[in-house]
Amino acid sequence: MLTRRILIALTAAAFIAGAPAFAQDKSIVVSSTTSTQDSGLFGHLLPLFKKKTGIDVKVVSQGTGQALDTGRRGDADVVFVHARGQEEKFVADGFGVKRYPVMYNDFVLIGPKSDPAGVKGTKDIVAALKTIKSKNAAFISRGDKSGTHSAELNLWKVAGIDIAADKGPWYKEIGQGMGAALNTASASNAYVLADRGTWLSFKNRGELDIVVEGDNRLFNQYGVILVNPAKHANVKKSEGQAFIDWIVSPEGQKAIADYKINGQQLFFPNATAQGV
Amino acid sequence: MRAPSSDLPLMLEDVSILAREVTILDKITLKIAAGEPTILVGPNGSGKTTLLRAAMGLIAPTRGRVTWGGREEVPPARRSIVFQRPAMLMRSATGNLTYALAAARVPRAERKARADELLDLVGLAGRGDRPARRMSGGEQQRLALARALAKDPDILLLDEPTASLDPAAIKALEDIIRNVAARGIKVVMSTHNLGEARRLAGEIVLLHRGRIVETGDAQSFFTQPKTEDARRFVAGELLV
Amino acid sequence: MPTDTSALDLILRADPALVGIVRLSLLVSLSAVVLAALIGIPLGALIALTRFPGRNGAIVLLNALMGLPPVVVGLLVYLMLSRSGPLGSWGILFTPQAMIIAQSILVMPIVAALARQTIEDLWEEYRDELAALNVGPVRRIFTLIYDARFSLLTALLAGFGRAAAEVGAVIIVGGNIDGFTRTMTTAIALETSKGDLPLAIGLGMVLISLVIVVNALAWGARRASERYAG
Repeated sequence: MLTRRILIALTAAAFIAGAPAFAQDKSIVVSSTTSTQDSGLFGHLLPLFKKKTGIDVKVVSQGTGQALDTGRRGDADVVFVHARGQEEKFVADGFGVKRYPVMYNDFVLIGPKSDPAGVKGTKDIVAALKTIKSKNAAFISRGDKSGTHSAELNLWKVAGIDIAADKGPWYKEIGQGMGAALNTASASNAYVLADRGTWLSFKNRGELDIVVEGDNRLFNQYGVILVNPAKHANVKKSEGQAFIDWIVSPEGQKAIADYKINGQQLFFPNATAQGV
Repeated sequence: MRAPSSDLPLMLEDVSILAREVTILDKITLKIAAGEPTILVGPNGSGKTTLLRAAMGLIAPTRGRVTWGGREEVPPARRSIVFQRPAMLMRSATGNLTYALAAARVPRAERKARADELLDLVGLAGRGDRPARRMSGGEQQRLALARALAKDPDILLLDEPTASLDPAAIKALEDIIRNVAARGIKVVMSTHNLGEARRLAGEIVLLHRGRIVETGDAQSFFTQPKTEDARRFVAGELLV
Repeated sequence: MPTDTSALDLILRADPALVGIVRLSLLVSLSAVVLAALIGIPLGALIALTRFPGRNGAIVLLNALMGLPPVVVGLLVYLMLSRSGPLGSWGILFTPQAMIIAQSILVMPIVAALARQTIEDLWEEYRDELAALNVGPVRRIFTLIYDARFSLLTALLAGFGRAAAEVGAVIIVGGNIDGFTRTMTTAIALETSKGDLPLAIGLGMVLISLVIVVNALAWGARRASERYAG
């Protein structure tokens, strides 16, 4: 009977589909942010790490808040995010063992080439934001409680603007990831704060370009934390720690520095720096 | 493989069937014994189909009882029915037959050969691979008849098998029915074609408004009807 | 997957990453359909052939569940399979198995509801015939399922279409892990968010072509077998 044969074949297929999970025992799950994933950094680092240790790293990329929550629930072995305050709370609450600084990249202010607010050329991000506000130039905000969103809100605060109260129709919160925010800005010729990595690998730029960069207040620090095996016994402690040890080692740090798009370095290793 | 007992005689004892307060069969008492075909005649709505279904055991009588070989509640292992519009299974002609043979517990190894015999019997030899549902009305009736014979029944109930067939197809089917009867299978068939009743009957049962008006052997029924209704029916008048 | 090449190039060169993604998509969705069929067809048959209190409610519920939002199913399966959830000890969150489970939950109501309707209609037609052939209750169920096979195949295809097209459930429970749980739809979502719209559309074309090919194969199989068994 034809149908029976098809059924058997499909059931076999179901098992084959499931097989990789059993085959790749030496693997860890890293919950990370969309920026590290979308920029292609992991695509560069993980083969190097695998070659050295044989450990497969599976990256689940989410917003920083969700990535930490995935760790908190015990669904990841390592978290690799960029929101220092939240990371320190994660460790203080006992969900993480220890936070290691890894690297930083920087945010850039993206805007239309026509620059309707006239902020191009300045290095002062705070002044630029003030100008955008005063001219009611279109601005796209992530609005998703991500690391980038936190950084943007912080910059408004530094600029002395209570954005929650002062926002008008010019200011749009889209509640989505970095790529979606850039797509929206590209479609509506608006300003948007983005991490440089995502911007460099972003293809649908339309009339967008970098308008402000290089301000110290635009630096974005990444940290890596092993999820606490005392909270979740399933955490692969030795493999997870091996990943952390490698990424903060001179070899891992060099690999980060070597990652470039169009000759531009995206991430700057600083595992040995203090207080970041 | 075959049970030693028989489903004959088939007895309807004071059987009444009501559907939503409407009397379909009214105090029917009828004995169906081995022998020549029994033909049920009567106008539409006289209760022929319901009587056949009760005889098959598909409808329980509201009152009275039906017995097969003196027993009640007998599964239909030794009696078969061909409905007026038989439902063909979604398989080939042979597939329909091997299915019925399997249901009749015929060993798998014998089914194909038996199916071929049955196809041959109903004049469908060589057409076993055709999808049953794509056959003509006459072919479907013959295939249904072959399928009904798969369980090697004592009694074969046929509900107006020739209705809506053309004369050639009717002739083919009547020949098969005679052939079946000649093998010692009791045929009980309904029709409202009097010529057909005349051609096939050993015994005639005339139904009207759910009652038996008259029963008797075909010869005397057609030549010397005992009741006024039977006389009018034989004469071709309308019973209303 | 290299992003500096067009989707057409990737297809023409049979890019291994793309092939892996297509293979995973097919395996996950087909496996989900098989699982859904193993549960949904007997369930549909059961509801079609039995009478019990609340049956009408069950039918309405089943029909309504055909429209389950994938993202809700994904979230529920995520909470079940999470280490902190009741089935956390299975350790299958962010694996293809989790994706199969989520998709089979999405597909099962479609298969069950359509199977219920088909088998009930067929049962109306076959009831007297099967009783007359002295067919017992077990053989009856297999007969109805077998004879409804062409309609059931259509139901399975509808289910496969839903599974292959959805992104909300697999991205939550699979995590869109490169080379492991990345499917056509999650890859499309990712490329869209990277702003690589041409590649995303190219992948979308591949997905649509796949669905068409699967349907064409099933349609051909149906035509061929109907010719012999119709």
